[in-house]
Amino acid sequence: MDEQYDLRLYVAGQTPKSMAAIANLKHICDTHLAGRYSIQIIDLVETPQLAIRDHILAIPTLIRRLPEPVTRIIGNMSKSERVIVGLDIELRSAAQ
Amino acid sequence: MPRKTELATPQLAKTPTGIPGLDEVLLGGLPTGRPSLICGSAGCGKTLLAMTFLVNGAARFNEPGVFVSFEESGQDLSDNVASLGFDVPGLIAGKKLAIDHVRIERSEIEESGEYDLEGLFIRIGYAVDQIGAKRVVLDTLEALFACLSDEAVLRAELRRLFAWLKDRGLTAIITGERGQGTLTRSGLEEYVSDCVILLDNRVEDQITTRRLRIVKFRGSAHGTNEFPFLLDDHGITVVPLSSAGVGHVISDDLVSTGVPGLDAMMGPHGIYRGSSVLISGVAGSGKSILGASFAAATCAVGERCIFFSFEEAAEQLVRNVASGGVELQQYIEADLLRIETKRPSSYGFEMHLAHMQRELDRFRPTAVIIDPVTSFRGPDSEVHALLLRMLDMLKTRGITTIFTSLTNSAERTSQADFGLSSLMDVWVSLVDIESNGERNRGLYVLKSRGMNHSNQIREYLLTNDGVKLVDAYLGVAGVLTGSARLAQQAQATIESLHQREEIARRRREIASRRAVTERQIAELQVEIESQEAEVARLIAQDERRETVFESDRVAMGASRGVHANGEDKVRAP
Repeated sequence: MDEQYDLRLYVAGQTPKSMAAIANLKHICDTHLAGRYSIQIIDLVETPQLAIRDHILAIPTLIRRLPEPVTRIIGNMSKSERVIVGLDIELRSAAQ
Repeated sequence: MPRKTELATPQLAKTPTGIPGLDEVLLGGLPTGRPSLICGSAGCGKTLLAMTFLVNGAARFNEPGVFVSFEESGQDLSDNVASLGFDVPGLIAGKKLAIDHVRIERSEIEESGEYDLEGLFIRIGYAVDQIGAKRVVLDTLEALFACLSDEAVLRAELRRLFAWLKDRGLTAIITGERGQGTLTRSGLEEYVSDCVILLDNRVEDQITTRRLRIVKFRGSAHGTNEFPFLLDDHGITVVPLSSAGVGHVISDDLVSTGVPGLDAMMGPHGIYRGSSVLISGVAGSGKSILGASFAAATCAVGERCIFFSFEEAAEQLVRNVASGGVELQQYIEADLLRIETKRPSSYGFEMHLAHMQRELDRFRPTAVIIDPVTSFRGPDSEVHALLLRMLDMLKTRGITTIFTSLTNSAERTSQADFGLSSLMDVWVSLVDIESNGERNRGLYVLKSRGMNHSNQIREYLLTNDGVKLVDAYLGVAGVLTGSARLAQQAQATIESLHQREEIARRRREIASRRAVTERQIAELQVEIESQEAEVARLIAQDERRETVFESDRVAMGASRGVHANGEDKVRAP
């Protein structure tokens, strides 16, 4: 019933922005998607070729691979309501 | 390019673009290790210029390059330039070129909190590292403004990007769309302050002229004018027309005009190589044939020639001059002659010059014919400037040029030469001589710099065997031409016949007088001889009488008894 959220967060090194993004995203997911999400953190400093493959421009970028369609959110995820809208979470919690 | 080190100021290294003419205008190329901005409105050739910069770098200067495209996909880019002979896939496979298409669609992106463009940096950095790139193109960065809403962040990031490119020593081209009143729509010129090139696509009188201008080039001299550039199947060619000066190559070499009689009218028997010749004449006076004769004479000695024909199509010209005994086809086939036909109205003046200059540099002719120069229509000052630059362009290359000029029959030295005549080294004027109900063709050398030349008006004929100058017949009213000349020739023949008869008559007369004289001499001789004979006879008679007298005297003396001893002397008469 509940869709699994497959998320990828692209960061570049251990910058404050990246660290904040990771923390903020985890907090939002734990709050709204407890138990049905997975986050893969990709450090582009280590794997720069993925920046080209996955069309990353801004850092941090969050890509929701599942459920379809693929959506993108950029920023340090500090505005949680934008993240919730971007990930299309709220509607689903209401439906629940 | 050898020019690179030669022209660049020592502190500012330059990177050649390999685009014909552009490096000349930039005095070497773009600043090495710095970003340059190329701006212009849509369709003015920014992307093509940038791509040419990369392809030339990769293929000719061993400087691999990365093309970061924010608009077109790699496939599109590669297809677009394939027609120019750029093998983009080959260069990519050879790790000389990389294309990174940064696909951005605003609708996909949700923003939440702070971000930066580190991802873009990483991508560029990665692509650069992969092939060891020295050149980078960002085409066009302004697309970012459309997809990211936080302009403050974007501007800060762009500033950082340019600094980063500089730090990495990358020679970069950033393209930007022309904005209202600003060079670029989003003010990119604020960040790229080293070198800014503006491309312009202007339409005047329905004729498009592409122009390029170096708006600024920090730390370097550069051409400041607007330079026309061509964008066609040969790619981009910038034509630094104004770089021509009066520093011409001067030659003492003589070349034939292709008309022996005309050569002879010039003091040293021909025209100097690299000189410019104006042939002016009314319609139908044979200007094109004279031009073609010169072309044929040039090709006949194995040199190259371009015939710019602004009125006749190539085939038509070849046919028409062939009927006048000038065969051009053979030289076209031998790749010695090219006939370029363009309507004067098909381009603006700049484009004509640009086109001409490119052909000159490509074909490298030693002779050029512009037929006719008067076909350029426009404000006099502009046409004059055009022709002046055309002349300089030809002169600096040491090309011998024939300009034909159509004059009005009413005014022999018409205004139609746009003051060109004073710039010409040789001016041959073709005139109509109308008399006795016929029109004949006369030719004279109005001026010929640096050589003495005939001041005669010579009649010339357009025969099936080329242009022929005929001997001048001067009558009381001037030079005689056509039937008047023929009449004069007949008259001369009759006169010389008369003269011969007169001589013969005189000879006969003298002969007969000689006979008379001789007869008289003979008579006198006879007379004198007869007189002499008479005298002799008388003398003999006298002697005889003397003898008789003596003998009588002796006889008498003897008879008187006198000796004759003491009186001998008496005997002599």
